[in-house]
Amino acid sequence: MFQFKYPENFLRALGKPLVVFISRVGELSEFIARALYSCVTPPFYPRLLLKQIINIGFYSLPVVALTTLFAGMVIALQTHAGFSSYGAESAIATVVLISVTRELAPAFAGLMVAGRIGAAMAAEIGTMRVTEQIDALSTLSTDPYKYLVAPRLLAGVIVLPLLVVIGDIIGIFGGYLVAVYQLDFNPANYINATVNELQLIDITTGVIKAAVFGFVIALMGCYNGYKSKGGAQGVGEATTNAVVTSSILILILNYVITGLIFTE
Amino acid sequence: MNQENNKIEVSELYKAFGRKRVLNGVNLSLKKGESLVVIGGSGTGKSVLIKCIQGLIEPDKGSIKIDGFETVGTPRKDCEKYYATMGMLFQGGALFDSLSVWENVAFGLIENQKMPKKQAKEKAIEVLRQVGLGADVADLSPSEISGGMQKRVGLARAIATKPEVIFFDEPTTGLDPIMADVINDLIISSVKKLGAAALTITHDMASARKIADKIAMLYQGKIIWQGTVEEMDKSDNPYVRQFISGSAKGPIKVEI
Ligand SMILES: Nc1ncnc2c1ncn2[C@@H]1O[C@H](COP(=O)(O)OP(=O)(O)O)[C@@H](O)[C@H]1O
Ligand SMILES: [Mg+2]
Repeated sequence: MFQFKYPENFLRALGKPLVVFISRVGELSEFIARALYSCVTPPFYPRLLLKQIINIGFYSLPVVALTTLFAGMVIALQTHAGFSSYGAESAIATVVLISVTRELAPAFAGLMVAGRIGAAMAAEIGTMRVTEQIDALSTLSTDPYKYLVAPRLLAGVIVLPLLVVIGDIIGIFGGYLVAVYQLDFNPANYINATVNELQLIDITTGVIKAAVFGFVIALMGCYNGYKSKGGAQGVGEATTNAVVTSSILILILNYVITGLIFTE
Repeated sequence: MNQENNKIEVSELYKAFGRKRVLNGVNLSLKKGESLVVIGGSGTGKSVLIKCIQGLIEPDKGSIKIDGFETVGTPRKDCEKYYATMGMLFQGGALFDSLSVWENVAFGLIENQKMPKKQAKEKAIEVLRQVGLGADVADLSPSEISGGMQKRVGLARAIATKPEVIFFDEPTTGLDPIMADVINDLIISSVKKLGAAALTITHDMASARKIADKIAMLYQGKIIWQGTVEEMDKSDNPYVRQFISGSAKGPIKVEI
């Protein structure tokens, strides 16, 4: 008897979220369409955009700097452990350069910002929803998509690439610190190797990823907040959903974009 | 009935959320300059009704005309001109907590009427004074003031754009009786001053008696009774009698 229960419960467990997800796809598509339309049609709110840029960019800088610094450091250490038999300084420089710029800086910056900003956006907009502030905007003839959603989406797409470029520099610097001070490599050789290996595609890959991640983070923050209902508990759920969905999407899209750019 | 005089006309309005039918064929009209109060128990769909009228919730079917213009089924941007003539005081105030008190009051003036900031601030302080608040609260944030003051700021925000209709969603709920009466007086005076029509929803009978020209009762998704305050007191409609006496016994079934 018992073995029959499991598949049934398993299917049910799978079934309900699936139904919810499919019903959400339509809602989400409509949300994305309206949000994108709002980004390109007036009225624009440059002051709100600037506020969001500062919010996302400036206040995320410390966490992004810290995570990318240690990412660069650990890659240098690990590469040395793996490649020590070859003893090639240039190998370490190259591996640090490529993994930081193409993968680690965008992924870490994305995940950090998703945790900080995606959550904050969902909480703020969700609170505005359940306290009827979004309805109040409409009654004052202001489109909530243009006033709330568009500035956040645009700020996400603008700021994340900037954060990633800064993360690139700090991550590479982290690798340099380990190589020079811990592994006793020659600083000039290490810098030379890095500069020689540096290619535009490394940076652009990271920047493209960052722009996509910035969009996803802001979208999930705004969408979950906007559709939240049921008081404080609903806002809490929206916040969790925003962080979880954007983090998962970031990791999946990271793989997809790498696949698109680096496989023929 | 004189159709020309109607600011808002709702007919045969239906709205359900999933299987839950909330509005079940509502008919209601509001004349220019009239103060109509819709009474009804908690959860009977009073808020849903006024949100439908303001285009915040899309009804399933029926008709809503504002100044004779049909808004049901019309894209929002074509209705915007009509919605712009309406203001609303929300149940919880719904003040924007990222803005200061005066920026809340001046919101419609700055964002829509494109009034310069300095002038808008002066105007906001003037409106705040009308609702009995001093200039000293203007720069505070909404979270720094009391519930009664938040209601007043919400009222100031609703009247600042000089609307032709103002909606009041349970304006006295959650206030002490004295503050409730102060708000009632403010509603009467500010509506008179603007010459606006008012549609108030409430379950506070003292408030309803005070501000209503006409009272309508919403029950099970329909308007089951309408009339003046005197007619209400004389009415032998059992639903009305039970509601104004606030008795648990009677035909009104409370879903627990
Ligand atoms: N957006 C919504 N989604 C689902 N149900 C809703 C929504 N808004 C209101 N309802 C339901 O409609 C009913 C009437 O709500 P409401 O109009 O707020 O009542 P009240 O008369 O107290 O203002 C309630 O049962 C509520 O649960
Ligand atoms: Mg209500």
